[in-house]
Amino acid sequence: MSRDLCRKAGYMFTFLSDPKAEVIRRYDLLHAGAGVNGQDIARPAEFLVDSSGVIRWANLTDDYRVRARPDQLIERAGELK
Amino acid sequence: MNQRRRNWHLWVGFVFCLVGFASLPVLARFPATRDVPWVNFLLFGTGLAFLFVGLRRAFDQPQQYRGKIIGPILGAFSVLIVAFFCFVVFYQIRQLPASTGAPRVGEKAPEFVLLDTTNKPVSLSSLLSTPFVNTQMPPRGVVLVFHRGYW
Repeated sequence: MSRDLCRKAGYMFTFLSDPKAEVIRRYDLLHAGAGVNGQDIARPAEFLVDSSGVIRWANLTDDYRVRARPDQLIERAGELK
Repeated sequence: MNQRRRNWHLWVGFVFCLVGFASLPVLARFPATRDVPWVNFLLFGTGLAFLFVGLRRAFDQPQQYRGKIIGPILGAFSVLIVAFFCFVVFYQIRQLPASTGAPRVGEKAPEFVLLDTTNKPVSLSSLLSTPFVNTQMPPRGVVLVFHRGYW
């Protein structure tokens, strides 16, 4: 399913699945019961991790329609060495 | 001679309010009209202004204009539409968990292993250390994007 979606959308990046929301929980990003049929889903969030594994930038939106924009991320990623 | 004129301002105002609400999914596709829903409020403002003019006509010049009954009904519906819009956009949509335990800037990103679309396990450390095919250089970083979805 994800594979078809990625192909259709033309995504070239790594697309990972977290069906039991384990990593979502580890990052404390669970939005319990917010899915269409009341499933637990993630709140939207973006993290920029540098090559040593340290978070350099994070965006936890307070409005799920408003996410980080590609130009924001590219600008912050350009600051990494 | 005694025929009163149709008070079209009331209907135009109501339609503006309807469109202001119904256009939310369309306008939410573009960051410029999504982050602050100013176009929706422009439509609501225009609609309410038309309704105001229509209601004043209906009540100040009842001999000339119709709308003493339909005017307040359309006005009330329009105010309800605008109120519901504000409730959705400023309250309901922002009911996100606090996520106080989420990793912060300067902290190490928690390691994980998840399956990709070919069912191959992928870890954060492998994403950070696998060199690019074309340059043979490891990446300077990784962007983690948590999607809000379920399937």
